[in-house]
Amino acid sequence: MPVGALTPLLLTLKVALCATLLATLFGVLFARMLGRKRSVTRDVAESVLTLPLVLPPTVLGYYLLVVLGRNGAIGSWLLDHFGITLIFTWQGAVIAAAIAAFPLILRSARAAFTDVDRSLEQAARTLGLREPAVFFRVTLPLAWRGVLAGALLAFARAMGEFGATLMIAGSLPGRTQTLALAIYDAVMAGDDARAATLVWISLLLAIVVLLIAARLLQRHTP
Amino acid sequence: MQAFHRRRFVALCLAAALITAPVFAAELTVSAASSLANAFADLGKAFEAAHPGDKVVLNLAASDVLLRQLEQGAPADVFASADEVTMDRAAAAKSIDTTTRRDFAGNTLVLIVAAGIKVPEALEELNGAGYAHVAIGNPESVPAGRYAKQALVDAKLWDGLQTRLVPTQNVRQALDYVARGEAQAGFVYATDAAVQKDKVRVALNVPTATPVRYPIAVTAASAHAQLASRFVEFVVSTDAQAALGRYGFTSVAP
Repeated sequence: MPVGALTPLLLTLKVALCATLLATLFGVLFARMLGRKRSVTRDVAESVLTLPLVLPPTVLGYYLLVVLGRNGAIGSWLLDHFGITLIFTWQGAVIAAAIAAFPLILRSARAAFTDVDRSLEQAARTLGLREPAVFFRVTLPLAWRGVLAGALLAFARAMGEFGATLMIAGSLPGRTQTLALAIYDAVMAGDDARAATLVWISLLLAIVVLLIAARLLQRHTP
Repeated sequence: MQAFHRRRFVALCLAAALITAPVFAAELTVSAASSLANAFADLGKAFEAAHPGDKVVLNLAASDVLLRQLEQGAPADVFASADEVTMDRAAAAKSIDTTTRRDFAGNTLVLIVAAGIKVPEALEELNGAGYAHVAIGNPESVPAGRYAKQALVDAKLWDGLQTRLVPTQNVRQALDYVARGEAQAGFVYATDAAVQKDKVRVALNVPTATPVRYPIAVTAASAHAQLASRFVEFVVSTDAQAALGRYGFTSVAP
């Protein structure tokens, strides 16, 4: 099953981008719901939401396989109502990567929201803005650097996702085989030349992402 | 003062453990093909019972993965692979002591289907509707996959099935995908199918160009070569052969 190096590269970018978007959406949402106040319930909630970062990816992969599989609670529902299967698809890989990367955004976004000057939000309220508007027009614009930093970390994590992806998306060349999986396959098959090529591509990709990150975060420093 | 004593005590325990461990007990690392998982767990326990103090540690993965580890200097003492090809490569790489090499078991490649899936009567039927995903060990690194690929190539089905094949990292992952119903069919050994007999059904025996044989050998770099060859002797002994037979492995005439 020979597949060039370009296919896994493009697939990795596609999966990591979609996963980051998904994780950012939910990360910001949950960070907002947790709010800036600390309490036992909120701390417990944050801990539970951070679990995907702490658990071994194979644990995540196992639960995803059990829940999203065709006999799983969500998997069977998706199959019966929409005819969708996530196992062995790139969309399945996106979900695995998004869940693995989600806590990184949640944590940075919550910290960033907490750092926003409260009086600015209160000023917006006294000027008649409603809560959602306060969030989107005041808090989020002021906290965007923290959210972006989290999103970049999430992107890096999503690109490197291996364990959970292997379990739910498999390692199908040209369809779900991302760079990380392709490297593993090449090493296991004893194809060191291919492994080396893919490793170099991964290194270059990582450096490009880090450079972009540095630029994005630097330019708007006050 | 108390903290100091405790630290010294811990250090003493560590030193004692390090010094005495090799004297009292050897830890035998057995790198075995995934399909041997259940049978070798039993054999390991039986060997430990016969050799008090010694411990058998199983390292289970696809045969080629085990070979890769050996080539890179993994401290394994015994290597049991699921095909002769992998053992030949280990011999060529001088990773095993070839004088200790023996065949100890045989197996059958089977096509299994998930519960509720129509049982095919011939390999050709895999082209039909209802078999969207067919799990197969990655032929690049899994012996069961190599046997299955050869059978599919011989049946002129290999190219046509490409989009349906789901390559797995070892034979047990292929079994798991079929047991969960994620893949409708899959290629595993008869002994693997028996492990999940309430969840998968054996559709047919797949003829293989060469019979499925399991060779075993002491590794070239084994630190416990004597104990390792005793383990190899044990695996080919009548008792162990009977145990392997209970798991569905066929015995091979010496």
